[in-house]
Amino acid sequence: MRLDPSIYGDLLLSLLPELVLTGWALVLLLFVAWRHQTVRDLRITGWLTLLALLSTAVATWWLWWHHAGVQGLAAMVAADDFRWVADWIFLGAAALTVLISFSYLEREQLLAPEYYVLLVFGTLGMMVMAAGADLMVIFLGLELMSVAVYVLAGFDRRRARSAEAALKYFLLGAFASGFLLYGIALIYGATGTTNIGLIGAQVAFMGQPSVMLLAGLALLIVGFAFKVAAVPFHTWAPDVYDGAPTPVTAFMATGVKAAAFAALFRVLIAGFAGVAAWHDIVWWLAVITMIGGNLFALAQRSLKRMLAYSSIAHAGYLLVAVTAGGAAGMSAFIVYVIAYTLMSLGAFAVLSAKGRAGESDVLIDDLAGLAARRPWLAFALAICMLSLLGFPGTAGFIGKWYILIAATSAGQNTLAAILVLTSVVSAGYYLPVIMAMYMKPEPIEAAHVDVRLDRWGRAAVVAVVAGLLLFGVWPNRLFDLARSAGESVQPAATTTTTGQ
Amino acid sequence: MYGRWVLTALLVWPLIAGAVVLLLPGRLAKYVALAASLVEFALSVPLWWTFVPAGGMQFMVDRTWIAAWGIHFTVGVDGISLFLVLLTTFLMPLSILGSWSYITKREGGFYALLLVLTTGMIGVFVALDLFLFYVMWEVMLIPMYFIIGVWGGDNRLYAAIKFFIYTFFGSLLMLVAIIVLYLHAARVTGIYSFSYAHLLAQAPLLGSTAWWLFGAFFLAFAIKVPLFPLHTWLPDAHVEAPTAGSVILAGILLKMGTYGFLRFALPFFPAVALSQTVQLVIVALSLIGIIYGGLVAMVQPDFKKLIAYSSVAHLGFVMLGIWALTLQSVQGALLIMINHGISTGALFFLVGMIYERRHSRLIEAYGGIARVVPLFAAILTIVSLSSIALPGTNGFVGEFLVLLGSFRTYPIATALATTGVIVAAAYLLTALQRVIYNPLTDHANEKLTDLTPRELLVLVPLLVCILWVGIYPKPFLRRMEPSARQLIEQVRPGATQGQPVAGGQP
Repeated sequence: MRLDPSIYGDLLLSLLPELVLTGWALVLLLFVAWRHQTVRDLRITGWLTLLALLSTAVATWWLWWHHAGVQGLAAMVAADDFRWVADWIFLGAAALTVLISFSYLEREQLLAPEYYVLLVFGTLGMMVMAAGADLMVIFLGLELMSVAVYVLAGFDRRRARSAEAALKYFLLGAFASGFLLYGIALIYGATGTTNIGLIGAQVAFMGQPSVMLLAGLALLIVGFAFKVAAVPFHTWAPDVYDGAPTPVTAFMATGVKAAAFAALFRVLIAGFAGVAAWHDIVWWLAVITMIGGNLFALAQRSLKRMLAYSSIAHAGYLLVAVTAGGAAGMSAFIVYVIAYTLMSLGAFAVLSAKGRAGESDVLIDDLAGLAARRPWLAFALAICMLSLLGFPGTAGFIGKWYILIAATSAGQNTLAAILVLTSVVSAGYYLPVIMAMYMKPEPIEAAHVDVRLDRWGRAAVVAVVAGLLLFGVWPNRLFDLARSAGESVQPAATTTTTGQ
Repeated sequence: MYGRWVLTALLVWPLIAGAVVLLLPGRLAKYVALAASLVEFALSVPLWWTFVPAGGMQFMVDRTWIAAWGIHFTVGVDGISLFLVLLTTFLMPLSILGSWSYITKREGGFYALLLVLTTGMIGVFVALDLFLFYVMWEVMLIPMYFIIGVWGGDNRLYAAIKFFIYTFFGSLLMLVAIIVLYLHAARVTGIYSFSYAHLLAQAPLLGSTAWWLFGAFFLAFAIKVPLFPLHTWLPDAHVEAPTAGSVILAGILLKMGTYGFLRFALPFFPAVALSQTVQLVIVALSLIGIIYGGLVAMVQPDFKKLIAYSSVAHLGFVMLGIWALTLQSVQGALLIMINHGISTGALFFLVGMIYERRHSRLIEAYGGIARVVPLFAAILTIVSLSSIALPGTNGFVGEFLVLLGSFRTYPIATALATTGVIVAAAYLLTALQRVIYNPLTDHANEKLTDLTPRELLVLVPLLVCILWVGIYPKPFLRRMEPSARQLIEQVRPGATQGQPVAGGQP
């Protein structure tokens, strides 16, 4: 199905998932305006949110099923497999976040159903980012997502740490947006357009890139590096992740990161394939992010902070996929991001069960003896940890393997070696979690009595573990999806030559 | 017919049994686990007769697994892996029986992990697809990590994480090497496949990259063997592991390293492996392992640690035999791999049994117990003598063949390695004397009870093997010979012409 964006109906059709979700967001906004008092209202809003996410996923699926594509080069939005798969990842991450939020919000007495509305707006922003074929659209999506997540980070406003997290995130996020916008402006100055496809054509035509273009590209990468929390632009991440309510942290570590990466990928592969310089920049970013993230994580004693730093380390692995570039790199990114979303959300779900009201720090040692009291919960967390470590039999391994293949076939053997060596370091902080749960005795009798997930949280954890194990052993379908997604985004230079 | 399903069954059955055992209550778990491991052994025994002593892989199974990357589920055995598979299935029931009263907490989990471990170990030995091999290589790491970490001694957490990180470190670099090899073969032929035969055919065209790849494989396998400077995880892991864990570690896991050299590192990169530098380094490290391992064993106050260091020495002989690359030395190395599994396994069982009674592994805590526990003393003596390589026991055949075969290639190194045999006698006989002879001074030892029928049931099969291999090793050597010849021809064409054959065709 070819869609022509100059026809009104086709334009709407190409934005169908976003429109569906926007519609739902408005409905939810109206609903919570009247009903925002009781636990029951909160629950209903949660259910409506799940319904909204589901119907959006179906709309996405419909477009995917009909092989929707956009005609011409200068469209504002792209319609390709990469966008659909990315949308599913965001929707899935949001749905799992909703599932673990039910009991969390009630326990922490955060009886404000606006929480879910913000979640929906954040997801909408991510989808716009993945859809954007124009730097301005991507920027719009980014802002929509960021503003929603700033508020979510500070949602537990009575707690100082949460407020601090929101302020910190807002200030640094705004700063990063400034970088991004400045970069876009310079790129516009150099090429005369903000459309990614046209930029690609211009860049291919120019040959030697101008200084203004390079400066713009550098600023753009810095802006994205802030969003994905790559070292050395990561300093906000640990405090924000630590201070935000746990389900929000899970959402930030998975959805927000995936969205920023998806947009970065599209910009670099489709727009700047002709500029070799960004490979070097991203190469260095990847190296220091992997090394820094893993080494900082090693020093953490709080589980949540450890997961925060570990998410920085995983951003480093994803940057390796970016450096590898090409269809292989994009496919690797899709597989890894799916695996990472699952395992990270699983870990945060278990953490939110262990955290007590008021969110006192959960140290890794606080998990001691969990396996004896809550064998299934401990098993789930152990699987997540092994998957984060990249252990065979889990999806994390498949993802890492894919990135390694992409990197090696792009000739990046050194980067592949650094990736595996830093993975060894990561054993030093993932294993202690397993060790505490299985090999250490309970510190006091009944230390884990009130550790429990409600039925929806449990459903989320079961889904995560099943997904991790299934994709770890039988990733064939996942690969088909990732491959078609990866191949759907082509450097613009080749599309122009075939298109003209 | 049997040949078409047996390897798959050997891999799948323990997993199913393990899942069942995990859900059973403790008392019942060990019976079911024992039965499952006996079934596994029974399944594997016909391999011995149906195996045709010829080169090449047998009992092959080949199924597509992950088509996108050309990954197959390919398994098969030849004369090199056959005995390692049989050794694994043979030691598992004994390990389970040996843990009968030693393991008292979370029994279901323990026996389930042992069964999962079986799948991992057999998988490593039969995998003919490098992806599958890597997965199995890692999969066996987790059960062992838990076995040491949950059921181990006082210092178990340290030992467990050290064991894990050492192995993980080596294997991840191997992972990169496998991928580079895979992409290289794909670039040359256009076929994306992790198949062993496919990669083997393309490996000679690597050029200077071969050095890096060999280095990565070398590190992974050398840590596992363990070769001299990389051995420090071994004493910790062996000492802290529960009896069954030590037996399996020494008996089977260490063999994965030497097996890896035989199956992958040598045939893939013969030019690198046989270059002057690498030969010098490996032979020197093996020699250091033999002599240093023996000397350090001599001063150990802890019996279990003594056995652990003796493993370093034994595996040094294996490495020497492999690198000498004569028919006798390679067959001898293969035989030592089996012998070490049997003898050292038996030694760990014996130490575990006496530890259960006295709760001490220190040599000085005993003395003169031959009169109190005559059966134990007799068996310990026989097993120790086999470990020392006394003629008539299995140890002698293997070490003699290695020394004989290696002398043609490395005369000086072999001469030095011979002193290792003497050192072995020195540390084991001294320990033997201090434990079971000498005057009985400690009154706590007067009330020791002798071996129970269950314990005899664990030890007698091992004793039978010790004598069988010691007196009539021909059935073993005959089955190894064609594969060993094939390997040597692959690495050093024309090398086996006119070489004496150990136990070949009559």
